[in-house]
Amino acid sequence: MDNFSVFIGGKAGDGIDKAGLIIARILNQLGYRLYIYRDYPSIIRGGHTFSIIRVSKDRIATHLNKVDFLLALNQDSVDFHKERLKDNTFIIYDSDLVKLEGLPGGIQTSGLPLGKIIKEENGLPVMRNSCIIGGFSKAIGLEWDILERVFRKNISKALDLNLRVALRGYNEAKEFVKIEPLRNNSLPVLTGNEAIGLGLVKGGLKAYIAYPMTPSSGLLHFLAQSAEDFSLKVIHPESEIAVILMALGFSYAGERVAVGTSGGGFCLMTEGLSLSGMAELPIVIVVGQRPGPSTGVPTHTAQSDLHFVLNAGQGEFPRFVVSPGDAEEAYFWSCVALNISWKYQTPSIILADKSLCEGTYSFDIDSLGELKEENPILWDRKESYKRYLETETGVSPLDFVPDKEAIIKVDSYAHDEFGITTEEAQKIKNMQDKRLRKGQYLMKELEKYETVKVYGNKNSSVALICWGSNKGVCIEAAENLGIKVIHPVVLSPFPIREFQDSLKSVQNLICVENNSTAQLASLINRYGFGINEKILKYDGRPFSLDELEERLKDLVK
Amino acid sequence: MTMKDLSTYAKNTWCPGCGNFAILNSIKAVLDALNEEGFPLEKVVLVSGIGCHAKIVDYINVNSFYAIHGRVVPVATGIKLANPDLKVIGFAGDGDAYGEGLEHLIFAAKRNISITMIIHNNRVYGLTTGQYTPTSPLGFRGRSTPKGTIELPLNPLELMLTSGATFIARGYSHGIELLKKNFKEAINHKGFSFIDVLQVCVTFFNMYEYYNKRVYELKGEDLQNYDGALRKIREWDYNSDVPIALGTFYKKEIPPFEERFLKYETKAVDRKLKIKEILEQAI
Repeated sequence: MDNFSVFIGGKAGDGIDKAGLIIARILNQLGYRLYIYRDYPSIIRGGHTFSIIRVSKDRIATHLNKVDFLLALNQDSVDFHKERLKDNTFIIYDSDLVKLEGLPGGIQTSGLPLGKIIKEENGLPVMRNSCIIGGFSKAIGLEWDILERVFRKNISKALDLNLRVALRGYNEAKEFVKIEPLRNNSLPVLTGNEAIGLGLVKGGLKAYIAYPMTPSSGLLHFLAQSAEDFSLKVIHPESEIAVILMALGFSYAGERVAVGTSGGGFCLMTEGLSLSGMAELPIVIVVGQRPGPSTGVPTHTAQSDLHFVLNAGQGEFPRFVVSPGDAEEAYFWSCVALNISWKYQTPSIILADKSLCEGTYSFDIDSLGELKEENPILWDRKESYKRYLETETGVSPLDFVPDKEAIIKVDSYAHDEFGITTEEAQKIKNMQDKRLRKGQYLMKELEKYETVKVYGNKNSSVALICWGSNKGVCIEAAENLGIKVIHPVVLSPFPIREFQDSLKSVQNLICVENNSTAQLASLINRYGFGINEKILKYDGRPFSLDELEERLKDLVK
Repeated sequence: MTMKDLSTYAKNTWCPGCGNFAILNSIKAVLDALNEEGFPLEKVVLVSGIGCHAKIVDYINVNSFYAIHGRVVPVATGIKLANPDLKVIGFAGDGDAYGEGLEHLIFAAKRNISITMIIHNNRVYGLTTGQYTPTSPLGFRGRSTPKGTIELPLNPLELMLTSGATFIARGYSHGIELLKKNFKEAINHKGFSFIDVLQVCVTFFNMYEYYNKRVYELKGEDLQNYDGALRKIREWDYNSDVPIALGTFYKKEIPPFEERFLKYETKAVDRKLKIKEILEQAI
């Protein structure tokens, strides 16, 4: 058994999220690569919430609907998830609360009286999850020492009591199967939000400004918590409008800055985005997508804001848009996005979604290329300073306040080279040309990166095309089917040539997207590329591997 | 640097007699004085919004950020937090300070961040050719309210006092000496400073005669007394025909936002090592 899934479910407030992470870290100790899918409603207490921890000997970035272990802290965890059960799924449940009825034969179960155990040990109700983790550890034949080690590292409050409760669960459950440790080393386990945060820090981030909004709030929390460690200024102002305008103030003063939000907050940021384009102020904007329109489904996932971020803001200006596929790409491209923003004095958008932001991945930093903070082009102090000096590349050398020898004027209005407002026709045109030239040079610079990735059977005539967090599920499905995957990571400026190269030998192109209108398909169509089939999902849930394979059945023979 | 150096080549396009000239001349004089006293002008950043007032940054030869309507305050806040050694002076119209950007003004006062906001309050939208603003008197006939407004103006000073501003003054575009005094005091104040300038728009709402009959200068007030300041601020509600006080209403020193916010700012950190530590913790 070297590829299996563990489901843990309960009601909001049961600590399911943390419990899922602890289970993942236990399995991580055994050398497994892992991915956690989190599913929860926008409710603080009550409601049904669950995590699926999937592990494998190889790297993975998707979950399966079918699970091998089901840990039930409430009745919903069984009743709502019967379709997840296999013939040999092992269920561990709170026998004080959960009744198992009408389950398929062959299913093995282990009931633990969690409420009773907690009461006997004088524990708190939330410690039921520690108890069930103890039971699960026994079920997989884990050595107690490993569980204890993981608890010691991950639990700061009432550790001894949690351990005592876990030990009761461990002793009262039965062993179901012996999960053998692998020879892999253990990797850090990170959420997409954390990987984005670390990538930004690597790129020299000095300030992070955000208004809370799922699914990007985790990034705000992570950076706020690490602010002191990284000497980072983290601010939560009055609105997303204030967020982006404050950030542009930082940018003007020469401090590398990023903001984070979701579609709704990004709506409010668009005037600031356009200002960044006009005033040529570097900024990185993290957009974690969730289903719209409007409030939509706050705690679920979607990929329906691609055209929104590509086109947001009045007027025409270059922008860098990148959509990483997993935690490692999130780290890598967040650093690159910051560098590009400063080099080209233009906004960079990191387009993520709830699956990436809140998904948890094994993170292998050694798999990534060399990354560092790159310097922007600075004023050489030879001629008198002009903030918007016209140059061949369109990039005007930067200088920052305070500088005795320079006056630095930025302007949202059409302006001359010095930054003084103008309405003269020729100057307006020249400056627009200058800003657009930056986009052309940015496109050239991007040639040094792998902007379009290809996976699976590279000679196959059938290819899946996907973007963002669908990378993992498409790769695994394609490998199983012997077909190819094309995953454009950079979406603006669109890497036309690299994309064309990736299509070699492809006759049947199938797009896989978490939206209802096939937004990537229409984007590539703009550049003259057509698709043959679409697999779309827009119910707020990501594709699971088994679901995608099922939907591919008729299309790939 | 002399006064002359503070001008730019930009052609001034305000209407003749515009109250903005008084603000421009006063701020230039104050900047010049600051410079004379040894505060280097490269450490000054001016921020403006959109509207007639906003052109002021094109006319002064110091660092500036010509921002967008309603957003002077967050831009100024960001610049100040990025570098607290800078003096950041924001200019906004009554449209963008009290209309589109009101939330930011309230939060800057609440935070007590050391930026100065100078409001060119002409109580009419000038550049969009004459509509009512949040401080237009009841019944104001503008192009969007041809039968007269049916809502009372707000009293921005009262709003600022209750929001936590620690320096509150009112100026008037007639009488440059008082305006200079207002500006200088505000710019040197530690904490959020706010000046509402009754800046007359000669084209769309010429109030010179009205104001000249009613304005008087505050003298001998206890500036730290909140209740006293509130009473004085409520004397005129921007609607009634009563005497209009000019000068400083309130001034109090409490630790500003940037001082509390930046407590670990100077600490040198080894980021590479910290990233490594975080990754190890995540195993």
